[in-house]
Amino acid sequence: MEMLNAKKVKQFVMDKAIFLVLLLLVVVIAIINPRILRLQVLRDILMMSSTKIIMALGMMFVILTGGVDLGGGRLVGMAAVISASMLQTADYVRRFYPDLGQVPVILPILLAVAVGTLFGMMNGLIVAKFKVPAFIATLSSMLIIYGINSIYFNMPPNNSQPIGGLRADFTFLGSGSVGFVPVIVVFAGIVSIIVWFVLNKTVFGKNVYAVGGNPEAAAVSGINITKTLVGLFGVCGFLISLSGVLEAARTGGATNNYGNGYELDAIASCVVGGVSTTGGVGTVSGVIAGVIIFSFINYGLTFIGVNPYWQNIIKGVIIVSAVSFDIRKYVQKK
Amino acid sequence: MYVLEMDHVSKSFPGVKALDDVTLKVRPGTVHALMGENGAGKSTLMKCLFGLYSMDEGQISFNGQPVNINSVKEALALGISMIHQELHLIPYRSVMENIWLGRYPRIGGSKSPVVDHKTMYEMTASLLKELNLNTIQPTDLLRTLSVSKAQSVEIAKAVSYESKIIIMDEPSSSLTENEVEHLFTIIRSLKARGVAIIYISHKMEEILKISDEVTIMRDGKYVGTWPANELTTATIIKRMVGRDLTHRFPSGESTIGGELLRIEQYTSPNPRSFKDVSLTLHKGEILGIGGLVGAQRTEVMEAVFGLRLHSQGKLFVNGKEVVCNNAYDAKRLGMALLTEERRATGIFPVLSVQENLVIANINAYRNKNGLLNAAKMAADTKKSIKELDIKTPSARTLIKSLSGGNQQKVLFARWLLTVPDILILDEPTRGIDVGAKFEIYVIMRELAAQGKGVIMISSEMPELLGMTDRIVVMSEGRVAGVVASKETNQEAIMELATKYVG
Repeated sequence: MEMLNAKKVKQFVMDKAIFLVLLLLVVVIAIINPRILRLQVLRDILMMSSTKIIMALGMMFVILTGGVDLGGGRLVGMAAVISASMLQTADYVRRFYPDLGQVPVILPILLAVAVGTLFGMMNGLIVAKFKVPAFIATLSSMLIIYGINSIYFNMPPNNSQPIGGLRADFTFLGSGSVGFVPVIVVFAGIVSIIVWFVLNKTVFGKNVYAVGGNPEAAAVSGINITKTLVGLFGVCGFLISLSGVLEAARTGGATNNYGNGYELDAIASCVVGGVSTTGGVGTVSGVIAGVIIFSFINYGLTFIGVNPYWQNIIKGVIIVSAVSFDIRKYVQKK
Repeated sequence: MYVLEMDHVSKSFPGVKALDDVTLKVRPGTVHALMGENGAGKSTLMKCLFGLYSMDEGQISFNGQPVNINSVKEALALGISMIHQELHLIPYRSVMENIWLGRYPRIGGSKSPVVDHKTMYEMTASLLKELNLNTIQPTDLLRTLSVSKAQSVEIAKAVSYESKIIIMDEPSSSLTENEVEHLFTIIRSLKARGVAIIYISHKMEEILKISDEVTIMRDGKYVGTWPANELTTATIIKRMVGRDLTHRFPSGESTIGGELLRIEQYTSPNPRSFKDVSLTLHKGEILGIGGLVGAQRTEVMEAVFGLRLHSQGKLFVNGKEVVCNNAYDAKRLGMALLTEERRATGIFPVLSVQENLVIANINAYRNKNGLLNAAKMAADTKKSIKELDIKTPSARTLIKSLSGGNQQKVLFARWLLTVPDILILDEPTRGIDVGAKFEIYVIMRELAAQGKGVIMISSEMPELLGMTDRIVVMSEGRVAGVVASKETNQEAIMELATKYVG
């Protein structure tokens, strides 16, 4: 019994190694500067994490099939620019659409999210139909999305000026709060619950795991692989563009360079949270934990005054260690 | 009355007539063995039946009705299932999700998007109970199950489709004797339910034991169908190969010389793996390693070859203690290892026969500038192809297009180029046809006659008894006994193999 427990503990430590190391890093940061543990700061970190959670959950769908979405960051930028361009206050001097009236806040959001979903579905179609590896398909869409977004952003009269002066009813979604509870955290919570339900309780969710875990088995069992891939890439595009919209609302602005590199943070958070890059394994709770730990470290390193260049190096080390630990788990240990 | 009639089926691939006017008639509630050497067209025929290939000519009737099967989905819907050699399961999902994959019960009707877990659990539990699979729980993760249990899950899945015909392609190839017995129990209960089984296997004893009728194919053609009780191993082989194979094993006595390799107390750092394994191999000897699947035979030999860790133990080559921490060391010490999984760890499928042949010996082809000597490689390849009678159109043919037996011969040749003294062969004849098996046995005999030592891990009893001089029987990671092959029998080996089980 004793032996068994020791073994179980060892197994647990092995499985969660990267997670534990990062928790240790969190503790170290908290020891160096305990002020990071103040409620106000933790609330900030949680707000910062919210859009990232939504994005990482989208990314998880693709990683579950063994792929990545490299265009995710650029899609954040596109969704931010689309929604922000139509949601400026009437009295702002440099409006993107000078003559646009007061549209309901939901319309530009829906538009941005619809565009994101469409791009996602297109990625899925290319992956499913032409058997292009996901990282190549999304590398291409990354370029295409950035190009289109930059053309849009450069349209006169805006001419590539940062979009500001966002309406209060829009920014409320990103930075407002009801009592002490930030609205954006509520958003992230609701999205997490829905994603959990979809992945665990619906046929589509099970098909995602099946296609990721053993595509041949899925095909032989009559699962429509193309439909599943288009669907899950669509969900990925949907969630990532939703996070882009909320990012614009949270920061009160948008440029075409918004979100650049976010996809890497999302991938890193997923991997840290136990989503296997070999496909078929991953949970919502893991991803949320991954994002929060990652944000805490990001924020914490700045908080204790670590040089930003060093932060990049630390992040790189974290990602590569997370993946190597992950691979160790699935490759039979010799 | 037949449940399935396949009449005059023909199918061509570019350059090959894979099926030429083949007939297969299967009665309900029977086990129908489909036999033939690799390349005889068994798999092609089954793929036509399962909707993976379309036939060029021919007619399929199911329950007397002519049918067209254009996809796997249609085959499954008709009641035709296939248990593949490579199990089609999802490792990190539960048993119930694997069984009902693609057909999950839903809350609120078949159009609803929400899975009904409770119903799925109950359906799975009653299905497993029906098949007497009491040790499997609906919520077990597939990857925690043994190969045998995973296969049982596949069979349960086939049953859940209410299949009238279940095709089993080499279902026993990775099972132990006990597990095969269990498989047969399940097969008998399926028969009792009126299900017809099409059973593909190379193992004669199994075929004669379980099947009611046997259809034999040769070179894409139909040879005939006979009741199993009118056949013997010898008659089956004769009809399969079209020639008399009076001896399944080449005759020849081993001349056993001095000690070549000695392993002392090899123990794995993993407590569930091998422990205290000692054995000795002599020059000119063929040493068998028997045991059930899971007895850690492969693991020990991979540890000897330096591919796995060992926490304790000594290794002696020619009486001298040596260290072997990786395959490079092993090669230097004159060892060669033919791995169990030919496709996964043997061949480089998209490389040519020549590239596959020279890879283990590649350093020998470097000239003084560090470049490879193409003429020497081509000459060695040509020589190997001739010596081992490898059937390939050319040295530049991709190895993946060769038959299993010929791929295995290429792998043999690969290691022979390194001029090894010690050959470790892990299931060297698995999944290859009778003719090629015999040729591989001949090669083994020749190597032993040259004074080399051969270690053969095998799960096939007749092969162990017929080819080796001594057999080390392992049980649960330990050596249960060493027996002289001429003085033992299957029962004695089985007894040793189960010595530490349970």
